[in-house]
Amino acid sequence: MADDGRLEVRVSGSGGQGILLAAAVLADAVAAAGREVVQTQSYGPEARGGASQAEVIASLEEIDYPEVDLADLSLCLSQAAFDKYARLTRAGGLVLYDSGLVDEMEIPGRRLRGLPFTDTAVHDLGAKVVTNIVSLGALCAFVPWLPPDAVDGAVAARVPARFKDLNLRALEAGRRLVELAEAGIAIEGAEDHDARGAAPVAEAEDRPIECEPCADER
Amino acid sequence: MLGLELDPDKVAVFAGIGCSGRISNYLNYSTVHCAHGRALPFATGAKVADPELKIIVVMGDGDCAAIGGNHLIHAARRNVDLTAVVFNNSIYGMTGGQKSPSTHVGDRSTTSPFGNSEPAFDLCELARAAGATYVARGTSWAYRQLVQLIAGGLVHEGFSFIEAMAICNTYYGRFNLTADSAEFLRLQKEHAVAVDKFDVDGPRLRDLYPVGVIHHVERPAYSDVFSDMRQKAGGRGGG
Amino acid sequence: MPQPRKLVQGNEAVAEGAIAAGARFFAGYPITPSTEIAEILSRRMPEVGGSFLQMEDEIASMGAVIGASLAGVKALTATSGPGFSLMQELIGYAAMAQVPCVIVDVMRGGPSTGLPTDPSQGDVMQSRWGTHGEHSMIVLVPSTVLECFTLTVDAFNLSEQYRTPVIVLSDAMVGHMREAVALRVEDLRLARRGEPDCDPDEYDTVVSTLDHILPRPDLGSRFRVHATGLVYNRRSGAVDTSDPEVAADLGLYLREKIYHHRDAIVRVEEVGTEDAEIGLFAYGSVARSARAAMKAARKKGVRVGLLRPITLWPFPTGAVDRMAEHVETIIVPEMNIRQMAWEVQAAVAGRAKVVDLGRVDGRLITPAQIEELIDREVDHLRAR
Repeated sequence: MADDGRLEVRVSGSGGQGILLAAAVLADAVAAAGREVVQTQSYGPEARGGASQAEVIASLEEIDYPEVDLADLSLCLSQAAFDKYARLTRAGGLVLYDSGLVDEMEIPGRRLRGLPFTDTAVHDLGAKVVTNIVSLGALCAFVPWLPPDAVDGAVAARVPARFKDLNLRALEAGRRLVELAEAGIAIEGAEDHDARGAAPVAEAEDRPIECEPCADER
Repeated sequence: MLGLELDPDKVAVFAGIGCSGRISNYLNYSTVHCAHGRALPFATGAKVADPELKIIVVMGDGDCAAIGGNHLIHAARRNVDLTAVVFNNSIYGMTGGQKSPSTHVGDRSTTSPFGNSEPAFDLCELARAAGATYVARGTSWAYRQLVQLIAGGLVHEGFSFIEAMAICNTYYGRFNLTADSAEFLRLQKEHAVAVDKFDVDGPRLRDLYPVGVIHHVERPAYSDVFSDMRQKAGGRGGG
Repeated sequence: MPQPRKLVQGNEAVAEGAIAAGARFFAGYPITPSTEIAEILSRRMPEVGGSFLQMEDEIASMGAVIGASLAGVKALTATSGPGFSLMQELIGYAAMAQVPCVIVDVMRGGPSTGLPTDPSQGDVMQSRWGTHGEHSMIVLVPSTVLECFTLTVDAFNLSEQYRTPVIVLSDAMVGHMREAVALRVEDLRLARRGEPDCDPDEYDTVVSTLDHILPRPDLGSRFRVHATGLVYNRRSGAVDTSDPEVAADLGLYLREKIYHHRDAIVRVEEVGTEDAEIGLFAYGSVARSARAAMKAARKKGVRVGLLRPITLWPFPTGAVDRMAEHVETIIVPEMNIRQMAWEVQAAVAGRAKVVDLGRVDGRLITPAQIEELIDREVDHLRAR
């Protein structure tokens, strides 16, 4: 991502996946990096399943409007979250998703990158519960101005001491996935649809998209 | 006062709204004349904030058992160290004689002109079931006993509940028993049965109820439990 | 060297503000989206030697807060719409009996159970007029996480100074939002509860004036305190419901003791208002959208100014006056339908056009919505 001072991120998944924790850690890291930050989330019945999301805005300037309409960077950890939130990414933005959980479909004008977050958490780290942190490590690897130290520190401060090492390893595993993928080294399960050359569709202008509330969200 | 050695500066009387609430005008203690039904929450807050206060809560039967009924059961459950005295005259007197939760089936009032279709609460049993640790009932006829029962509540640490059977000759008496206050008092003598001679499994009626200490157990009062918890949390103990 | 900043949630900042202000008593009842305040204070109050009570309902919570305040401890409760409605009965008592206390209302969509998890500004009129009878009200509206902290501290100070309940009117957006802030507790100026400067026997002969509001002695002190919800003689403190003059004296005093000090109490933020042709009147979380819209409009060369009330009640009539004198149009975006727009319109008294922008779907008004309205109003102005 180019550093024009402002970054809008949406983290989405289903209740219980630690979406809010991932967003809070990201926001902590942004604050530690000295930028202004606002983090919001949708609360409610989503905590019991369904698609839930949390948003982080980072900026060099004071942040007024606190919500993300079209994200620069979207992370989707479930099919429902992908279906609902992936298209709320700006033209040229990046959608990062769990390739083991999402049947990817084309979204014109956005770059899609699927990485095996859950598989990595389960097979490499032996703990499915750190899937959110693996994906956070990957997400942060796309934010060049965010020092890995700041993210490590934020994770260490948020998780219980006895899980600190596991979570730090999870971050590192996430970064490694991005490194390999960017270097063109094959990763089992990884998918990449670089749409940077594609023509932007009309709805991808920088204007807010009204998100219809789903009935089951109320 | 009965050898209780209360520090008058530390006594606070919380009253509800009703005939009983007038008491706050007659006493030379600090008084809080609360909103209708809310005397117990006010008193709970004051006692928890300053455990050194000696708090007496005076309520009417409608005040305590209707609009304030939920507060009564929760104050009893918490076992906050309060002495609650309910003046039960079986009717809303101040507003002119409407039925209350202490009005018995068949009783007449200005809102039960054909006789009350609802049964009355037994307030002492209600307080006991909700967790009050000292429960007593007395009558205005047996004045000395009533004073002793209230004093017992003041000495007891925890939630004390004293039901004082009062007379409202103006409304309840005139509609149901007698408009003559002396006669009404005398009837109380006939209706009241010492608790040890009362059939506890039998009904409590308009003209038959037990008097004396009905229930008395020791259980840590709320402030003591909270104070222990506060020390565990690393805060200062006491108030 | 930047100040140490921490990511803090709005509700958390309210809780820490209360502790910093010297509050040592909380009573409440769980309700979304205010619950974090109770959860945090259930831990923090015992840690600092204070008390926490979870009551049976919001009426009882407000009663316990009043009891604790009368016993000499700074006290607060926190709730949302349905609970705020229940609290009105005893907010009226606190106003009548002049008991300092703080009520935090984290607004959600209504009426009734409404939209429990979504923000709203539907309680702005209830916060002013929710009780029966006549009395004044102080209501503060935070727009940022930092303000959730500072305005809670201010609320306690104003409450002690004027012996009145003060409301912090937050909303689900500000309450659940996290921002990186440094909560500085060292420099805070705190009101302290004192005793009247007189002998206890003379207490019922001293009387507060508008310029000198005496502290109330605490229960358990040397003084005999008599609090009541009935009309009382402001001089002797004795209940008196038969003398119209006594009732009038008290009624006017309860209103005037705040209005007389309105210059000291009312605070607003004015941005770009000096040269504005179009004004925005926005408060709470919506003020953030308004600020973004203002910046965007100014980039396009439209002179837009923002008036953001920090004190919503007493109403900032003076600031609206200033704005009405030189703008053509005032736009009032709010997450309700015309509640404050009416008030602005009354204050503007025809000097400018007042345009409302309401939203009650549980979503924050967006900058784009406001910009669209600005563009429309600019077209109207240019077309004239």
